[in-house]
Amino acid sequence: MGFVNGLKCRECGKPYKVEPKYVCEECFGPLEVDYNYGEIRKSITKEKILSRPPNMWRYKELLPIEGEPAVKLSVGYTPLVHCKNLGRVWGMPNLYIKNDAVNHPTLSFKDRVVSTAISKAIEFGYDTVGCASTGNLANSVSAIAAHAGLKAVVLVPSDLEAGKIIGTQVYKPKLVKVFGNYDDVNRLCTEITSHYNIAFVNINIRVFYGDGSKSYGHEIAEQLGWKAPDQVIVPIAGSSLITKIYRAFKEFEMLGFIPEVKTRVFGAQAAGCSPVTTAVKEGKKNFKPQKPNTIARSIAIGNPADGYYGIKTINESGGWAEDVSDEEVVDGIKILAEHEGVFTETAGGVTVSVTKKLLDQKRLDPNAVTVMCITGNGLKTQEVLHGKVEEPPTIHPKLEEFQRIYK
Amino acid sequence: MSVNVRIPTPLQRLTGGKGDVSSSGATVKEIIDQLESNYPGFKEKLYSEDGELRRFINIYINEEDIRFLDSDRSAVKDGDTISIIPAIAGGY
Repeated sequence: MGFVNGLKCRECGKPYKVEPKYVCEECFGPLEVDYNYGEIRKSITKEKILSRPPNMWRYKELLPIEGEPAVKLSVGYTPLVHCKNLGRVWGMPNLYIKNDAVNHPTLSFKDRVVSTAISKAIEFGYDTVGCASTGNLANSVSAIAAHAGLKAVVLVPSDLEAGKIIGTQVYKPKLVKVFGNYDDVNRLCTEITSHYNIAFVNINIRVFYGDGSKSYGHEIAEQLGWKAPDQVIVPIAGSSLITKIYRAFKEFEMLGFIPEVKTRVFGAQAAGCSPVTTAVKEGKKNFKPQKPNTIARSIAIGNPADGYYGIKTINESGGWAEDVSDEEVVDGIKILAEHEGVFTETAGGVTVSVTKKLLDQKRLDPNAVTVMCITGNGLKTQEVLHGKVEEPPTIHPKLEEFQRIYK
Repeated sequence: MSVNVRIPTPLQRLTGGKGDVSSSGATVKEIIDQLESNYPGFKEKLYSEDGELRRFINIYINEEDIRFLDSDRSAVKDGDTISIIPAIAGGY
């Protein structure tokens, strides 16, 4: 008996076998992996996890792959950093970041989901993988496809940041720029999926892809000394990650690896693209789509696929959600860099500034163990800081000139 | 009012495997009603028991999501393309 029973519809429960299928034929609900936790419980132990190399595959029984991953990259197990300096400024002694800005190989949490999805695509026998992307996913799919020897087709919004275009094109995928925003690109990819035999990681193999991000939550719990945090702040785009982090904590609780999970889950978005946070704040069960307009491009999804479930996770956990202006996004990036030496991208700036906002609103307990989810690297989106950092003085190589500017 | 309707894979069982079919009506709702009479069972796939469009279905008139318009009361004109697309997407 394997660790996966099959797939099932998250809404109506209809079972399916393990296949590249993502939507229920009965009700259009999203499918999810149906794990055989009975078998998993018999096989996985804390000791076994601890004996394995420090990467996301140490939790392989809880990932939707058969045996060993086909993508043999050391992904994950990124640092959990105690933010002593920022914690002192904010009066939060137990503040942490989970730093996927340094994830391997392409510096965002997307490497977790993509290595899982491409492993699965190889199991299914695909020779081409693809994605619709706001940038990080494009980088990751292109790089990991190159590593795995597969072809890649990547579609991005035509006005994407130059750094993300070059950081994708260098791996030589078939890169296509599409006029429109991410939601337009994604809709096109959904249509392409029914005409071509391509494993679109975030569409027809989305079910497997999404579960790769559980490892982010597993690692947080392990790195905190086998317990879930009291509060976690998660950036929301498609709204999948926030649900998977919570799921990961619940899995560890179910397996007896950590005490009862009392984590309150908080969602973070940019005000210019805030369908989920708006719904939470208005007490709505589902979101209304928006047309994104924010510098936080990597999370600018106006029609989040898992938005409904993100709202549900936030509400069930007793959390809340907030959104911040583009100016606050830049402030968030800078404050994390200045105090903790971590340069995150705009999504991280969203998370940091939303944390501060929630603290000011007294929605967060300042003394509780709090983890901010940093999911991407600032070197990819340097444009947003142009003119926002101090211009350095230029001097001749003379001591007196240095003395004049360095008091 | 004749429009082209793009049918997603899960619904092509009802349309005899066809990915594009034509239909007519002045609004999205009328078009779906027309599809129901041509392909019985179509409507209950799109609407829940309480008469609301299902949460996991997005409908577009040409490029525009009807949630930005007037939902299923949105007006359509001759030659429009209606796309029915499962509400899955990527991102974080």
